[in-house]
Amino acid sequence: MSKINQAPVLFPGARVPDRQRTVDSSGLRLAVYEWGDASAPPVLLAHGGFDFARTFDVFAPLLADGGYRVVSWDHRGHGNSEHADLYSWEADERDLLAVANSVSPGPFPVVGHSKGGGLFAHIIQALPHRFSRFASIDGLPFRQNLPDVANKERTIKLKDKAAKFLDDRRRSHDMTRRPGTVAELATRRAPMNPRLTDEWLQYIVYSGGYEAEDGWRWKIDPSLRMGGFGPWRSRWVTDRLPGFPIPLLALFGTESEPMGWGVDPEAIKKYMPSHAQVEILEGVGHFLHIEKPTLTAELVLNFLGREGA
Amino acid sequence: MNDIQFLTHGRIQLALHILCENSEGPALLLLHGLGENSPARLPDEYKNWPGPIYALDFTGHGQSTVPRAGGYTCEILIADVDVALASIGPATIVGRGLGGYIAVLIAGCRPELVKGVVIRDGTGLAGGGLGANSPYIGMPDVSQLITPPDPFAIVELATDVRPPDYVAEFVRLAGEFSELSRPISVAACERAPWLDAVVAEMGVEVSSLSEALKCYAEQSA
Repeated sequence: MSKINQAPVLFPGARVPDRQRTVDSSGLRLAVYEWGDASAPPVLLAHGGFDFARTFDVFAPLLADGGYRVVSWDHRGHGNSEHADLYSWEADERDLLAVANSVSPGPFPVVGHSKGGGLFAHIIQALPHRFSRFASIDGLPFRQNLPDVANKERTIKLKDKAAKFLDDRRRSHDMTRRPGTVAELATRRAPMNPRLTDEWLQYIVYSGGYEAEDGWRWKIDPSLRMGGFGPWRSRWVTDRLPGFPIPLLALFGTESEPMGWGVDPEAIKKYMPSHAQVEILEGVGHFLHIEKPTLTAELVLNFLGREGA
Repeated sequence: MNDIQFLTHGRIQLALHILCENSEGPALLLLHGLGENSPARLPDEYKNWPGPIYALDFTGHGQSTVPRAGGYTCEILIADVDVALASIGPATIVGRGLGGYIAVLIAGCRPELVKGVVIRDGTGLAGGGLGANSPYIGMPDVSQLITPPDPFAIVELATDVRPPDYVAEFVRLAGEFSELSRPISVAACERAPWLDAVVAEMGVEVSSLSEALKCYAEQSA
């Protein structure tokens, strides 16, 4: 367990984790962070794809101040966790379990944003005895953002997508992240986070990036890429939502963003279990906990404090 | 024993076995089944092939690198084969079991490089079903020293889902973009839903291994 130094750039409301440690997941080292009283009841947070745990630097302290030991980790290849040889959904879930096992035999509540929510939505169905409540922050995959095209055209798009993936894999062994100044790294990230301020994006460079001789680089594994292809279908999650085994809070924003699932909150409501609490935040995008941290934290704390369904 | 060339795929070193060094003629690439590895010597059934013959150990199998902490997907194995094709050039591919499934997918992804596919019976042919299975997280026993085949590969690739409509798209791509009128041949008895979908597509023939090899050798000549 180690202390973390404050970033040289401050952001209003941001607080570095109180403790940092590592967890071994079948030989892979994962970076784990904690905010709040170590003896308080735990809640586990999972970040989204291409994010890292320190993007909870504002949101997590609000939960900690609400009386929780807040734990999060960097997914493999992200933040300070080791870069892996291979990446998959199932591997991320085993990593999640390794972290959960280091917290408590459970059950305890969990909060997931984006990909982190998708991981929880699946793993809770596999191991419902390990988790007590699930708050999803735009973390329920609904359907891919595919344009409405004819079958043949969709097949051609698959060929292009697959060829791009394979081209990248051929050169994945010598990929590196481009160096730059802190401001340049923030600017490069902006297209993924168009609703977040430059001040925030510069703040997270200090935890999600590192300074080398030729400048700053993001820590995320250069071999990781957006997109890819595979047989997975989001309806395998939504079709199972009516039978979701533990209390569920589903938060959505109304503003579409590049990193979002493209969920229509009204359309997904019919899949929700009767005990689900659905909250739609008007005028907010995919990163609800960063755009509206206080409101999001209040909704989550109220949910965690409620009696089970 | 055969010669082995090591190819780099990300952080993995892939073992490409050179089973027959003919410098003339079309190339043949053999893909093994789940948990198997490439043959040490050229099997008799391929001795009439008129060109060089290679066999690839997938990631975590045979003499290829065993990665840390799993993360296998069929899409990564497609990339294993693509790295081999980048090295040896266009080739006819024969795949056993899991290797047959991967061969169909790469035929759709790289129709200009795949000069016919033969799907054979073998381990891991069926995969993990259609897709709507009960959620399950495989936890291999890692208490012992991990040697090939990687137990993570066994767990993850035996349960990977193979929706028929997903595979069918790759067969259509092969049919649309391959120079061959018959880009895929099925020489397997076992049937899984994904393989039924393959057989139902245009440009797919059910045949014997020897007949399919003869066809592709002639068309590639």
